[in-house]
Amino acid sequence: MVHKVLAARSGLAEVHPGQIVVTDVDLIVLADSVFNPEPERLPTDIKKVAHPERIAVLMDHAVPAPNIKYATAHKRAREHAKRLGFGRMAEVGKGGIEHQLIFEECLALPGQLVASNDSHTSAAGVLNCAARGLGMADIIQLACTGKTWYKVSPTIKFRLEGSLPFGVYGKDVFLHIAQLYGSQEGHDIEFEGPGLESMPLDDRATLSTMCTELNANFVMMPADRLVREHIASVTDAPYIPVEADEDAEYAAIYVVNLDDISSGIAMPNAMNRNVRSASSIGEERIAIDQAFIGSCANGKLSDLRVAADIVRGKRVAEGVRFIVTPGSQQIYLDAIRLGYIETLAAAGALVTSSTCGACAGGHMGVLAAGEVCITSSTRNFKGRMGSPDAEIYMGSSAAVAASALAGYIADPMPALLALRDTARESA
Amino acid sequence: MSTLTGKAWVIPNDYINTDAMMPHRGYDMAPREQESLVLATIRPGWAMLVQPGDILITGRAFGTGSSRPAPTMLTRLGIAAVVSESVGEIFFRNCVSYALPVLELPGVLSIVTEGDTVSVDIELGTFDNRTTGVSARGEAMPSMLLDTIAAGGTHAVLRRDGYL
Ligand code: SF4
Repeated sequence: MVHKVLAARSGLAEVHPGQIVVTDVDLIVLADSVFNPEPERLPTDIKKVAHPERIAVLMDHAVPAPNIKYATAHKRAREHAKRLGFGRMAEVGKGGIEHQLIFEECLALPGQLVASNDSHTSAAGVLNCAARGLGMADIIQLACTGKTWYKVSPTIKFRLEGSLPFGVYGKDVFLHIAQLYGSQEGHDIEFEGPGLESMPLDDRATLSTMCTELNANFVMMPADRLVREHIASVTDAPYIPVEADEDAEYAAIYVVNLDDISSGIAMPNAMNRNVRSASSIGEERIAIDQAFIGSCANGKLSDLRVAADIVRGKRVAEGVRFIVTPGSQQIYLDAIRLGYIETLAAAGALVTSSTCGACAGGHMGVLAAGEVCITSSTRNFKGRMGSPDAEIYMGSSAAVAASALAGYIADPMPALLALRDTARESA
Repeated sequence: MSTLTGKAWVIPNDYINTDAMMPHRGYDMAPREQESLVLATIRPGWAMLVQPGDILITGRAFGTGSSRPAPTMLTRLGIAAVVSESVGEIFFRNCVSYALPVLELPGVLSIVTEGDTVSVDIELGTFDNRTTGVSARGEAMPSMLLDTIAAGGTHAVLRRDGYL
């Protein structure tokens, strides 16, 4: 699928792995972080751009600005967007995390090519876009000239069989793949199969976003009925989805049966080949200081819903900070209407404004040395969320919420089963 | 772009990451001290032996990991070009952006011994070991990327063309 998009956008009949192609790009996203006036970022202002309508400035990494550096970057971003007439400017309070916004507002459509300076751009693969992150200098060049280049990679296919079991989420599917298959550096990833079709869009988006952590380049999923319905609910703009050819060549094809997957937890510092089952870790009662739900991968309405369901009528454990950061302003609003935010706050959770926040370790939940955190965000690297001497475990938002109540890293399944039983009784 | 000829250094390890070239602990150090840390965990003392114009030969997936501008550390040492079995994706892009000529050449480790005089032409994708007379060929680099390197990197190109 990726090769077809690259061939189309570079005007070639076909492309092969190893080849370098020059293309234009349908959606160019500049995060607020681009506008820092450092030498390797944007030392002087951009004077002109090739296709202003294709450029979106999405303020997300530090919103609202936590310091003068970011306040200056935001000011420059606004000035650029206005002067150069960018297609979309997500102002503070009117946007959210870029990958969530691309998905929610369908800023890119199936078959299109998407680039951003942020590494988790693979998130847009859920919309059948060919999307990946570039370097800081690359994205500035792309914004200016309208062109960039890609080295064509070989593709690995994951065929998902079965269906997503009760209490298992997109994050668990990723953790399962990270444990079994590890890093896929130098490759694009494509997903397909009935298992994928059984997954709600939020879970697919989580999986597509997290493939960045497998060191993949482009990540793509097919535009099936669910994807097309989502797009139709947002826009009637035309698009042409890409499908994999019957005889497409793959570097490897892996078959994953979703029925085999259970709740997983990544141990601190790495995800690939560093995952254990939540039920076994739950027995060790590893005490936590902070629980975090958020990021472009898991700040979705479904994440806030499962967290609210789990903590409803209960209290966050003594000594634990439970921070919940919605992925976008729209999710924040929906969660208010649906009562999730009230439920979370009543249980003792702190619900923040929509931003990358604690995920990037910049603000809104930074960890001190010696602290232990469980997160449903994207990275558990050493020092990612603050001190390099903090430990970060990673799981689904259900696992994070269950841990916030328990005060230690917990298996979410007992809480989820209890919820299901109560729902059945009342039905 | 012309052919570059220089003395080959061979650091054959696979998966050398950008932390090894540009470790975080060097960020606040004086320039010379920071340069001495380049690949120091893999080959202590090497960084200070590099002469301007030398060519670095490396193993698979050179420059994996973080997207930090690690090529700038190699150019500061005087490395004129990198020829690797394969190169990490973002590192390759950064080599172009920060003007370090780079060639991916599977099999290169088997045709070079450290100290050989080698030539590389990234425009043609050619590699010659002048000491042994053995040649090999990789992918030629497209003109857009060559222009960037020749002009001194992405920021320089954008300034030249009136974008910045
Ligand atoms: S939420 Fe985290 S991973 Fe996602 S874009 Fe922001 S900092 Fe990057």
